[in-house]
Amino acid sequence: MLKIQSLCTEYTNELGQPVKAAQDVTIEVPEGHFFTLLGPSGCGKTTTLRSIAGLERPKSGEISVNGVPVFSAARGVFVPPNQRGFGMVFQSYAIWPHMDVFTNTAFPLQVGKKSYSRAEIDAKVMKVLKAVQLDHLRDREATKLSGGQQQRLALARALVMEPKLLLLDEPLSNLDAKLRELMRFELKRLQRELKITTVYVTHDQSEALALSHQVAVMNQGRIQQIGSPRDIYERPQNQFVADFVGSTNFVEGIVRSREHEDDCYVIETEIGALRSKSVEPVQVGDKVVLSIRPEDVQLSDEQPADVRINAWHAMVDQKVFLGEAMDFRITINKRTLLSRTHPSVRTPIGHPVWAYVNPSKSVAMPAVPA
Amino acid sequence: MMNAPAEAGTRALDPAEATSASPPRTFSISLKGVVIGLCVAFTLYIAVIPLGFLLWQSFFTPQTASKAAVFTLENYITAYTSSETARLFWNSVRYAVGVSLFSFVLGTGLAWINERTNTPAKGLFYGLSLIPLVIPSILFTVAWILLGSPKIGILNLALMDAFGLQNAPFDIYSLWGMIWVDGLHYSPMAFLLMTAAFRSMDPSLEESATMSGANVLQVIWHVTLKLAWPAIFATILILFVRAIESFEVPALLGLPVGIQVFTSSIYQAIHRYPSQVGLASSYAVTLLLITSVGIFFISRLSSSGSKYSTMTGKGFRPRQMDLGPWRWVAVAIFFVYFSLIVLLPFLVLLWSSFQKFYSVPSMEALKNLTLDPYRFVFTYPNLMRSVWNSLVLSFGSATLIMLITSVICWIVVKTKLPGRWLLDNLASLPMVFPGLVLGLALMIFYLNVDIGVYGTMWIMFIAYVTRFMPYGLRFNTTSMMQIHKELEESAAMSGASWGTTFYRIILPLLKPGLLAGWIYIMIVSIRELSSSILLYSPGTEVVSIVIWELWENGQYVELSALGVLFIGLLFGLVMLAQYIGKKFGIKEH
Repeated sequence: MLKIQSLCTEYTNELGQPVKAAQDVTIEVPEGHFFTLLGPSGCGKTTTLRSIAGLERPKSGEISVNGVPVFSAARGVFVPPNQRGFGMVFQSYAIWPHMDVFTNTAFPLQVGKKSYSRAEIDAKVMKVLKAVQLDHLRDREATKLSGGQQQRLALARALVMEPKLLLLDEPLSNLDAKLRELMRFELKRLQRELKITTVYVTHDQSEALALSHQVAVMNQGRIQQIGSPRDIYERPQNQFVADFVGSTNFVEGIVRSREHEDDCYVIETEIGALRSKSVEPVQVGDKVVLSIRPEDVQLSDEQPADVRINAWHAMVDQKVFLGEAMDFRITINKRTLLSRTHPSVRTPIGHPVWAYVNPSKSVAMPAVPA
Repeated sequence: MMNAPAEAGTRALDPAEATSASPPRTFSISLKGVVIGLCVAFTLYIAVIPLGFLLWQSFFTPQTASKAAVFTLENYITAYTSSETARLFWNSVRYAVGVSLFSFVLGTGLAWINERTNTPAKGLFYGLSLIPLVIPSILFTVAWILLGSPKIGILNLALMDAFGLQNAPFDIYSLWGMIWVDGLHYSPMAFLLMTAAFRSMDPSLEESATMSGANVLQVIWHVTLKLAWPAIFATILILFVRAIESFEVPALLGLPVGIQVFTSSIYQAIHRYPSQVGLASSYAVTLLLITSVGIFFISRLSSSGSKYSTMTGKGFRPRQMDLGPWRWVAVAIFFVYFSLIVLLPFLVLLWSSFQKFYSVPSMEALKNLTLDPYRFVFTYPNLMRSVWNSLVLSFGSATLIMLITSVICWIVVKTKLPGRWLLDNLASLPMVFPGLVLGLALMIFYLNVDIGVYGTMWIMFIAYVTRFMPYGLRFNTTSMMQIHKELEESAAMSGASWGTTFYRIILPLLKPGLLAGWIYIMIVSIRELSSSILLYSPGTEVVSIVIWELWENGQYVELSALGVLFIGLLFGLVMLAQYIGKKFGIKEH
């Protein structure tokens, strides 16, 4: 439905130097999908979104919706944002303070190309306000809304003209933690109900994983990996993705051999031989980096059944109680690893503990030459 | 909406567009393009042309019916080789430095008392400090002549009477007298600027110095003063520029005793027969140079101000010093100040407005109270017309300025249009024009380029718009900066065109700033004298010109009556401004 091909967008900073914000971005979002651009600040995700919206003019590439280009450098096409008919929710919500809830929502219907009668506007606005549960506040001044209500209003305004595409720019980042979680469910429900194609920008990996059909992780203007949330989390293609999406332990090593029966590699590392999966086929003798999620480093006071596979005798170095979980820092052969376990593990600091990593939970990726 | 995107796209693409990767702008024949183009053209026309002609004129002999203008350096030679000029320069500098330092010390002291001490009734004083704004300079000067003249000045006579003195203790017709009157008149400005500086200073910076072990003096020297330095210097510079531009005080107090400064010399050169426009121009160019340097440094200071992150404009609740019993002294100081700047001048005008001929207050004079001056004023043939002229001019220029500067501000603040900084600077350029110099420049231009403007209200309208455009720009810039760009982008995403967005989103959000600026420009253009005095002709007089004429004719009591009414009108306007500010301020946050 939305198709972006080798998009490049630059802008000039305060010093007048060009900044390459998005480079060679290629994305395809099928109809009805929830697509997320995830990355640290300054990675180009917002620029990419604003290029889709038409608020930035890309340098090259092509953006098309249902096969019709809204931007194409080659063909000299640039449709201004007010003629693209996309809905957008801004990070600041951009609720117009001089209008009430109803007028804010009705604005797109009043100024758009298509003209509606008063009754039609009223019906459409009330329908969408009902969907975001603001119908009881229709005459409230916009500035008298709470953060969560402003967020819903911004969403209502973006949805009222039944856009082909909904663009969301970190819409939850200004809410407090509790409300953010609530709105996350809300947003997911609305999107799945309306089946509206959505592009979402966030730096919060848990939001991205929770909401999306597909996630694109971006860094330094480039897309690092596109995949389902589970793919991204469990099979990161490079160190950046593994590190940015969730926290992880990186362990460097050299491939020793390949075990065909369970499609595993044996890798020689500083903590000893380790069995691991790999995202791409690797050769014996290759340098690799293993990513092991803390929650996949299991701790136990008792010795595991098979001590030969991925099990070590470790030392508890430090521990932190988090309520629903327990974070341990353990040392194996002078190398520290992080482990997140169930709080029932209560080994004291300075005492030995057994650590175990399931071979299918360790991911090897080619080491990037430094 | 996706029917003809390709077509829309090609339309949007033009060479000016392709060069920049900023938010898209549809240039070709769109409303936006036309409006932007008109505003840029207007700014160029209004800010640059008079300046150019002024420079040109200063190098030419006057054009007469028989002789064409020829190139000459004569004006500059006359202006700069005479010992007169050295004295002129020296007088101007002494005068401006005196005025700026006096008003700065006065204003800063009061601002400090008002902001940083526990003096009672501070809110009242802050409110009262706005009142001097409504007293036009010419009326303030006249009132102080009535108070401080050695022959008829009430204060002088009262002091002579009380202490049995032979001579008047002070003479308002002197350099010190001029500095006193103009310094008093500009002190509210110093007060407001320094109040803002004191308010925007984060008290935790001083507190952390105290916690580090510094005593009060060390805190003031190492922290407070160092942080306030840009604000202090900028304030003094602004006052200096204002003082060197000021015309009323030097004309009324300096000329009778031969103390000349640049402004009064320009006026004299024009009003000589035959008028020496070239000489006036060369004086004007010098004056313009001085003010330009001043304004340049002021803008440098305010742009480098961001380095001093304390001056954020964010409101802090500052620590207050307990003055103990001294706070009643502070109240007394407020009262004396208020008397000098509002009460005494207004009362002396009021007194004189009820007299047949001007006389010093006495029991005898009290018996002769009369309404004659008011009758005279209301039957004065020019008065109704001049009031009408003043209102039309100020209403028209305030409206036009606020609308045009709102677009200019939008371009400067919100777009990435190349050359927008130039537009900003051009629109602020008139700030360097002293009123008299601007009047002179426009006079020269429209005398040479006859498009039927000279001698009509239009030339004064152009003068007012030019002169006060920077104010409009400043009011609009402040509000424009507060409008988050996403508010505008969300309108675009909603499908609104540029015109719709400007009309339905930008203008309503600018409203508080627009209204405040509009009323401020109304007030300053109603008071305007120094440009008008070179541009008016019979039939286009404004109220301030009528006051000037009454003064020239020696009709003091009639002048006083008109002055009292005028102050009343301006006071009404200020109250209206306050009311509107409150009403809309709350609604818009």
